[in-house]
Amino acid sequence: MNNFSYTRASNISEAIQKVSADADTKFVAGGTNLIDLWKYNLTNFNALVDINSIQDHHNIEEKADGGVRLGAFAKNAQTAYHPIIEERYPLLSRAILAGASGQIRNMATNGGNLLQRTRCYYFYDPAVPCNKREPGSGCSAIKGYNRIMAIFGTSENCIAVFPSDMCIALAALDAVVNVSGPGGERSLPFADFHRLPGDTPHLDNNLNPDEIITSIDLPEKGFSKNYSYLKLRDRNSYAFALVSVATAFELEGDKIKDARIALGGVAHKPWRVKQAEEFLQNNTASRENFVAAADIIVKDAVAYEYNSFKIELTKRAIIRNCMMALNPETQLPGAQPSA
Amino acid sequence: MPGVTEVSLQINGQSHQLKLQPWVTLLDALRENADLTGTKKGCDHGQCGACTVLCDGDRILSCLTLAVMKDGSEITTIEGIAKDGELHPLQKAFIEHDAFQCGYCTPGQICSAIGMLNENKAKSRDEVKELMSGNLCRCGANTNIIDAIMEVKEGGNHE
Repeated sequence: MNNFSYTRASNISEAIQKVSADADTKFVAGGTNLIDLWKYNLTNFNALVDINSIQDHHNIEEKADGGVRLGAFAKNAQTAYHPIIEERYPLLSRAILAGASGQIRNMATNGGNLLQRTRCYYFYDPAVPCNKREPGSGCSAIKGYNRIMAIFGTSENCIAVFPSDMCIALAALDAVVNVSGPGGERSLPFADFHRLPGDTPHLDNNLNPDEIITSIDLPEKGFSKNYSYLKLRDRNSYAFALVSVATAFELEGDKIKDARIALGGVAHKPWRVKQAEEFLQNNTASRENFVAAADIIVKDAVAYEYNSFKIELTKRAIIRNCMMALNPETQLPGAQPSA
Repeated sequence: MPGVTEVSLQINGQSHQLKLQPWVTLLDALRENADLTGTKKGCDHGQCGACTVLCDGDRILSCLTLAVMKDGSEITTIEGIAKDGELHPLQKAFIEHDAFQCGYCTPGQICSAIGMLNENKAKSRDEVKELMSGNLCRCGANTNIIDAIMEVKEGGNHE
């Protein structure tokens, strides 16, 4: 735990200017992950720039194009319980409420949720090598106790998983991330925001260090009729996912017009397999087809010594969640049905 | 002291001007600087909920909050919830239901329950349990804690 100085920024350009002037300065908003990482000596900074006083980007607003804009500084709880989100994007609401605890959701911001770091045990243990913490030092998870680690998109340098629930729903909904930096504003499709580990596992995402997330846009289509978020974990609440699935369907009779399946807890980023979604499109919404889609998704899975159970678990979770998406009222808020 | 700033907090209705370094958490400021040791330091990493306080009415974790970030805020701790010598309904219910053994998690449980009931999202016992899952009781009082909260929730007198 190092010492640091603290200032507040009153607008976005002031915040960016402060952070881009010094590589050892970081933004802080909710702080739920940053302060924790700082206490564990896993992150260092000489200065924090508090962005909570910035007047903009705290709200949830309907946009002229029919979509909805989530302010990056709005809290997770405020977002999950917002009437527009509950009504038009219930998948997002459910996913947020499946994550963390009531207190943390009151503190954590939407932008910060995208930036939370892995909870890989070896990342959190400074006594052992970790390429994400210290590039080039090696990965302790690959030959270690890798029960919670990834089965998709891994590299020889890192098999850590991205821990968010909210982001799994945002990936399924094709959200867009709006960011500001010294060079102006830009937008990234959600699929391009987070990175696979490759040979740069220390980089979780494609945000530059002096850029700030200002908002997240949801397209008009919210899949409010047929959706489900299933989170499987070692205890029923306040734990990270071993596997989570966000499923959204647009149905016409028993035909699937549009299908989204995004997975959490299994990769370095929210995981979607286009081929499986395309298979379901214009196909019948049946258990048989959900099994086939799950097979397509898990065919590229690669397990390690202790996490091979995740492949079968993922497959079953996909099938079960697709069935639940046909009857969303079978879900319990914030928890999962036990049967 | 290097980097000391003046932080103004309204704690339990009383104004406190504290001279703090930026890295002092709200939890440490309450305990060490404001001499209010009712708020408990458990895991100090946001996992146990023992440090839960109300900040401008919302339940938050004081261990993951920098005090300087709450300059100007209203904080309510366990010391501030009894009114005019009368225990808060949740305090009474915790006593009636024997909702503690070692009692270390109790201040956080009660502050969290006040915040949770004011959020008004829990409709059933299962939802109360789910929305209180950020507060861990390791001695097994959890069932009685939920009983106490349910009694107050059903009585509707938790303000």
